[in-house]
Amino acid sequence: MSNSKKMTLDITEAEPQRVDTKEERATTKASESFVDKLKHKCRSLAAPNAVPSGEYFGTPGAGDSRLISIVSAFLFIAIWAIATEGGFIKPIFLPSPFDVVERLIDITVDGFAGGTLFEHLNASLIRIFGAFFLACLIGIPLGITIGCNRIFRGIFDPLIEFYRPLPPLAYLPLIIIWLGIDESSKITLIFLAMLSPIVLSARSGVTSVRIEQIQVAYSMGATPWQVITQVIARGSMPDIMNGMRIAIGFGWTTLVAAEMVAAERGIGFMVLNASEFLVTDVVIAGIIVIGIIAYCFDMLMRYLERKLIPWKGCN
Amino acid sequence: MNTLKVCEVSVIYPGSEGGESVTALSDVNLTMKQGDLVVALGASGCGKTTLLNLIAGFISPSKGYLTLGESLVEGYPRVLCGKDIGDEVTGPDADRGVVFQKHALLPWLNVIENTEFGLKLQGVDKTVRRERAAEYLKLVGLEEFHQHKVYQLSGGMQQRVGIARALTNDPKMLLLDEPLGALDALTRESLQELLLDVWRKTNKMMFFITHSVDEALLLATKLVVMSPRPGRITHQFDLNFNQQFLDCRDARQVKSTPEFIAMREQVLSIIHGDELATA
Repeated sequence: MSNSKKMTLDITEAEPQRVDTKEERATTKASESFVDKLKHKCRSLAAPNAVPSGEYFGTPGAGDSRLISIVSAFLFIAIWAIATEGGFIKPIFLPSPFDVVERLIDITVDGFAGGTLFEHLNASLIRIFGAFFLACLIGIPLGITIGCNRIFRGIFDPLIEFYRPLPPLAYLPLIIIWLGIDESSKITLIFLAMLSPIVLSARSGVTSVRIEQIQVAYSMGATPWQVITQVIARGSMPDIMNGMRIAIGFGWTTLVAAEMVAAERGIGFMVLNASEFLVTDVVIAGIIVIGIIAYCFDMLMRYLERKLIPWKGCN
Repeated sequence: MNTLKVCEVSVIYPGSEGGESVTALSDVNLTMKQGDLVVALGASGCGKTTLLNLIAGFISPSKGYLTLGESLVEGYPRVLCGKDIGDEVTGPDADRGVVFQKHALLPWLNVIENTEFGLKLQGVDKTVRRERAAEYLKLVGLEEFHQHKVYQLSGGMQQRVGIARALTNDPKMLLLDEPLGALDALTRESLQELLLDVWRKTNKMMFFITHSVDEALLLATKLVVMSPRPGRITHQFDLNFNQQFLDCRDARQVKSTPEFIAMREQVLSIIHGDELATA
């Protein structure tokens, strides 16, 4: 039996004793029972000992929040719909959700700014995931090497620490001077934005591998190369996957910057183009599409984490 | 002949930032033969783990050398017993298996993959190494847990995997750094028995570190008592309580014999003397 139930019983038994006479009790019964119920409800919400079975007392934020999330999302859209359909906000600042959905279908079928939604999306996804693939291909081995080798650390640490805090927009002009205005400069910009979080996470992953695991491998006859590939690289997976998630976030941020210059396709270009002509519903539709794709990718990464590094958080 | 020799070994850590240098081990001599179960016991800071790290090859001595059989583990003897063996050290190698207190299993591998890991590193064929790993998992009582994930096992089971993994490599000796230190009392006792069984069946040299006097007396064929500041071996005792234990299978009975109690008093007074001196 749960504690909350026990408490409720105690209170309902104790409560009538406070009432002095039978008459008094009868007259106030209806209102009192409602107030009591409300009181109980409030108490059980705030009560520290109301622990549902299967959970620990004192765990901050314990419990399922999915239903609340769904309700909150719907509520948000409802407020948006009321504010716009009711005429409180002009469509040029915020179009109604129905207009946005209509426009989304429209740009999927007929297109906007020289391409359909899928053409824009395709161009952007190739840029982002092309850069992401390159950043992983170079960043993960580089980070592990920096973590394992004094000379590599000495060479690359100052370089990465210097360029890491720079906003990509600051070195975009330089990249355009060097590489021109075609795809290669866009992918390079996104690649550079993604590289540093991946390198740094791989590097910190190396230091998170326990020395006992490394020493045991050596005393089973491992060569240094085997230790790096079979112990350190595997052991730094949790950190690397974290870095990959952060990197893809940086990628979306940088995508819009990359598509500011001389792009003809791209979801970021589409949004920028729409904002120039004050087509606010396309702006919002584009933002929603970016949000949904970024969310789906994050879900995919979480799924991969459960599959590839199920020991994360265990000992 | 498998003999481990630790000869006149000192380890001195240089003081940081002009501080005084620390002598972790001072002139340690120790000889271990095939089938010895040497237990090192002492107050913290007496250099037990430093000695184990030396034998494992994780650190090198400031003075002296260590040999295992014909090969030089660490140090610079050049000439040994009139024979030039060079100064090519082996460092950590597959002939000395190590079991740590915890955290040394690889969580991305399951129980049998962890156990066969050493053979896999050496390029042993998969069917052969599976067979060998299964054999040692059976020896530690885990024959039904091959496919289990190591991070879901209890602490005692994890240590059994660690022991099986070290044995599967068929090392000349086993180095155990407080392998039972993180376990609860009951698991600890059953693993002491298991370890003795394994020791008798495989006849390996074992070097075992512990804080527990009872555990040390119960397991050791040779007890090495160490003292801190500087870390050194002060006493060595040849014991046979483990034989009594293997015969009667009752740790409490062994521990209540007058000989055991007297020995425990003697060892405790040595260790307490150290602690009073350094407190």
